[in-house]
Amino acid sequence: MTEALQVQKLNRSFGALPVARDIDLTLERGARRALIGPNGAGKTTLVNLITGVLKPSGGRVLLDGKDITNLSQAERARRGLARTFQINQLFRGLTVLENLAMTIGERDGNCNNLWRAAGAKRAVIDEALDYLEALRIADDALKLVRELPYGRQRLVEIAIALAQKPRVLLLDEPAAGVPSSESHLILDVVASLDPDIAILIIEHDMDVVFRFAKHITVLVQGAVFTEGTPAEIMNNPDVRAVYLGEEGGRRHG
Amino acid sequence: MAASDTTGAAGREARERAAEYLVSRHRFRWPEALPWLLAIAAFFVFPDRMTFGSQVLIAMMFALSLDLILGYAGIVTLGHAAFFGIGAYTVGLACARLGWTEPVSGLVAAALVAGLIGLISGWFLLRYRGLTLLMLTLATAIMVQETGNLRSDISGGYDGLPGLTFDRLLGLFDYDLYGHTYYLYVLAVLAVVFYFVRRIVYSPFGQALTGIRENVRRMHAIGSPVHRRLVTVYTIAAAIAGVAGALFTQTNAYVTLAVFDFDVSAKVMVMLILGGTGRLYGAFLGAVVYMILEDYFSKMSPAFWQFGIGLLLVLAVLFARRGLLGLFEQAEAYLRKRPKP
Repeated sequence: MTEALQVQKLNRSFGALPVARDIDLTLERGARRALIGPNGAGKTTLVNLITGVLKPSGGRVLLDGKDITNLSQAERARRGLARTFQINQLFRGLTVLENLAMTIGERDGNCNNLWRAAGAKRAVIDEALDYLEALRIADDALKLVRELPYGRQRLVEIAIALAQKPRVLLLDEPAAGVPSSESHLILDVVASLDPDIAILIIEHDMDVVFRFAKHITVLVQGAVFTEGTPAEIMNNPDVRAVYLGEEGGRRHG
Repeated sequence: MAASDTTGAAGREARERAAEYLVSRHRFRWPEALPWLLAIAAFFVFPDRMTFGSQVLIAMMFALSLDLILGYAGIVTLGHAAFFGIGAYTVGLACARLGWTEPVSGLVAAALVAGLIGLISGWFLLRYRGLTLLMLTLATAIMVQETGNLRSDISGGYDGLPGLTFDRLLGLFDYDLYGHTYYLYVLAVLAVVFYFVRRIVYSPFGQALTGIRENVRRMHAIGSPVHRRLVTVYTIAAAIAGVAGALFTQTNAYVTLAVFDFDVSAKVMVMLILGGTGRLYGAFLGAVVYMILEDYFSKMSPAFWQFGIGLLLVLAVLFARRGLLGLFEQAEAYLRKRPKP
């Protein structure tokens, strides 16, 4: 059985600074894996390398067993690799519904059509509304994205990724920037995502990580420090040292 | 079960509302008839100003083509005159050097040639954005102009190709001294072009263009072939600008290399920003206001007329960030919000 996503010996540096060093990572079908590590460990860089925003200097990325290392970002997305961004990347001047309809349109190739009216396919609108309902933001369907509170925008961010019907989903700190009173909404959504989608989540909140993830990869200075089940990671003294060291440093700094 | 039925009904209603919004967006609205009625009215009210009227309609078409790429796709260009000029010279050279004097087929040829150059240059240039793209498009227009200058034996250089004569329109309608035929001819072509542009803008492809304008990073991430989309719309806009240029040559019966001037690219952008970008009719309003004021100011003060245009632009940028059409929209929204007495 082929894995949903495989990262093999991935390398990349910014100038003299190595930001990815021989990274190996595997997501099996339906995986729930968390990627943790101190600030600057290269977590977002890894997402950018996997999705094709950045080109690796060495190593391979396989999606469903096929080498996608040399494919464009868009081509990878069309093959079922979706991501969300740590800082919202939305179509702010458009309505929530249009954000979703456009995503579905690009997914199905409708956007190659220059002649038909965009609203003519009822199935697209219904599907878009389905995603919004699932994330409980259907009431905001006709509001402009930029008029929504940040927490709701975060949900649109996830809705767009889901509308791509991905087989692999990379969530880059889905609750970042959201007040803790609202973050549970987002994390509930994340917890109830389709079990067939392989998910890699970057998250700082350890409660969330331990509740959501079945496997955890710890990244430190661009390299995989260790990996294991939540229990193993929690009881790993080296991991605690990395984290406590950082926490301690922060407190005194 | 009963409870879920009621929420289902409310949900269905919300669904219908949402769907109706997307479905109805592209439908014809009555205020849209206004510019066309005004254009026809102008024909009867100002019968002796139809030569000027044709130039206004051509400017509207040119600004509309820029709106497609700047207003919808967010492509910033200062070289759009290249395609206007290529269209103008396609019919000019065809007439002067090849004896091809049939006007309507001339428009088709101009669209094809300008579109082809748009396709080729766009394929190279649209990998860049922002200032880099601005400079590259500017340089492209200058290169085209200088190519014409280099072979002034063919292009006629800055003296141009004067005294071009074209066939009677469709073999039926003769041209008169006041340009009545031309006005109606240009208006008809503008209507056809507008119909195409409007379809494109409200199509799924047009939606994707707006997406590229709003957030190109996300478009890549959702799998949009961004470069292909941009090259496609750039080619279409180039073809339309080419048609506008061809009409310019046909209505003026001459063409010089000045059609490639930086001025021409800048002017069309000013028109569009003045009227309002990304909303079709902004191009119309901006072109009309600009052309009429230019005409008025240049008669009032032949030396300093640009001062008036400059002042207007400063005022528009300060107080009407979304163009003159944006002002109307704000007023409409205000009136709608105000409680009825």
